[in-house]
Amino acid sequence: MKPLSETAMHQKTIAQLSAGLTAGEFSSEELTRLFLERIEQYNPSLNAFITVTDDIALEQARAADRRRQQDQAGPLTGVPIAQKDIFCTDGVRTSCGSRMLDRFIAPYNATVVEKLNAAGTVMLGKTNMDEFAMGSSNENSFYGPVRNPWDLDAVPGGSSGGSAAAVAARLTPGATGTDTGGSIRQPAALCGLTGIKPTYGRVSRWGMIAYASSLDQGGPMARTAEDCALLLGAMAGFDPRDSTSVDQPVPDYLARLDQALDGLKIGLPKEYFGEGLDGEVARVVDAAIAEYRKLGANVIEISLPNSQLAIPAYYVIAPAECSSNLARFDGVRYGHRCDNPKDLLDLYTRSRAEGFGPEVTRRILVGAFALSAGYYDAYYLKAQQIRRLISDDFRRAFEQVDVIAGPTSPTVAFNLGEKVDDPITMYLSDIYTIAVNLAGLPGLSLPVGFVGQRPVGLQLIGNYFAEDRLLNVAHRYQQVTDWHARAPAAFA
Amino acid sequence: MSLGPAEVGKIAHLARLAIRDQDVPAYAHNLSAILELVARMDAVDTAGVIPMAHPLDMAQRLRVDEVSEANQRERFQAIAPRVEAGLYLVPKVIE
Repeated sequence: MKPLSETAMHQKTIAQLSAGLTAGEFSSEELTRLFLERIEQYNPSLNAFITVTDDIALEQARAADRRRQQDQAGPLTGVPIAQKDIFCTDGVRTSCGSRMLDRFIAPYNATVVEKLNAAGTVMLGKTNMDEFAMGSSNENSFYGPVRNPWDLDAVPGGSSGGSAAAVAARLTPGATGTDTGGSIRQPAALCGLTGIKPTYGRVSRWGMIAYASSLDQGGPMARTAEDCALLLGAMAGFDPRDSTSVDQPVPDYLARLDQALDGLKIGLPKEYFGEGLDGEVARVVDAAIAEYRKLGANVIEISLPNSQLAIPAYYVIAPAECSSNLARFDGVRYGHRCDNPKDLLDLYTRSRAEGFGPEVTRRILVGAFALSAGYYDAYYLKAQQIRRLISDDFRRAFEQVDVIAGPTSPTVAFNLGEKVDDPITMYLSDIYTIAVNLAGLPGLSLPVGFVGQRPVGLQLIGNYFAEDRLLNVAHRYQQVTDWHARAPAAFA
Repeated sequence: MSLGPAEVGKIAHLARLAIRDQDVPAYAHNLSAILELVARMDAVDTAGVIPMAHPLDMAQRLRVDEVSEANQRERFQAIAPRVEAGLYLVPKVIE
């Protein structure tokens, strides 16, 4: 790696940019202009941003520079970031990747946005995503697909595909994401980034447009675990406005980053290394595990026997909750309304049909069916029982090990169009991430190598509220490897 | 479980979604495939397993029943499709 002074500004991590801002090497306004120029130059080929907020960014950057002059700056003051377009931003279009909300100007800020604003971050824009966060390739966006900076023929993953592509292409040093079944970790893996889905309840869901409320959780996406620690520290915390927010203090995620891994017990679930896992991905993951052995970890095989039930249970619970949550889009108070409705039913049914794309429509239909009279016990109740079994698997595993490791996704990024006509095949891309949401546990993906020119992610799963441990385990690996520092050649 | 066109129509009505006739077969096909995937749950005996509604088994927190938000009707109605005199307009419901 090059010494810091020789590293181009857009290649620096958030921690390095923070140090540069503190030392007065550059201002937030200079930094912000640089990233806005890069977005202007590169976004047309990637489609990572739905909305670029130049004016807001420059205004926030100048405010951050003033704050720094007054000695009131924190570590993130003046650092540019991008917001997934699922987080409500006061006065700025918040589309959720949907025609339904194409003209929706949010009248308030999400708590995550408020907290990052309070920390002094600068919002560059709103990133592209699968419609209502439903998808694993970012091909379900009303605003068109996002391309993977490592290979423009490949998808970036989803649903936080715009955030992932933007960070990987160095159009922003960090971004927010949300994760209902893998939507932070899978795109982080496919784009060579570090991303963490916190414990359910750790980050407020207020102002984060709901998909499946018992699974949705926001988190950061950046290049390093250290950067994720900085961002998560600002995003996490109790929020009385979210009734599922957990009232527990937020630890200093930087404090334990450097802790040695001697004696760390890592469990490898045998179910995550079986049929369906690409052989080359498996070799890269094995090499990463070997590196952890060198760092002093003890690696043991464990079993999560109900793993194969995670996708079936998820595709009942998530659609059921989505069909309830998306019932609010009725064409009356906000969002898309059809032309010339002949009566109220026509207004509802056509506004919704025109506003939602095919994948969202499918999931609403599955959910409406699962919750309909006569089917509730066979589907929803059964799925909730399976959810308990999956959660119990993890509980037993964490009696034996400190963290669980395995591949984040069974393959590297696939080609655009490859799976778009086959929902079931697409769903299998999240086979290793979904169970973590069902259990409500924290999960992190970090880059550990490549197959060809496409990145491979390692998933680390921790016990409840063990985000600090996951960040520590990822950080130590990043101290002895440089996969996280690799940049896609076309955007270097 | 496999769904036919009539069932898709019924579910679409429950969900208040106008599905075009030409799209019904594709939805029937995809929904049936999803339900087939979901049916793998049936292989497991879950008798006596307590359903899990919340990952941390927490109870929903309630707040004191008092007004906590200021009225912002004009602001909220500014983004509504059709309003008049402070009211949201919809097609005539009662003839």
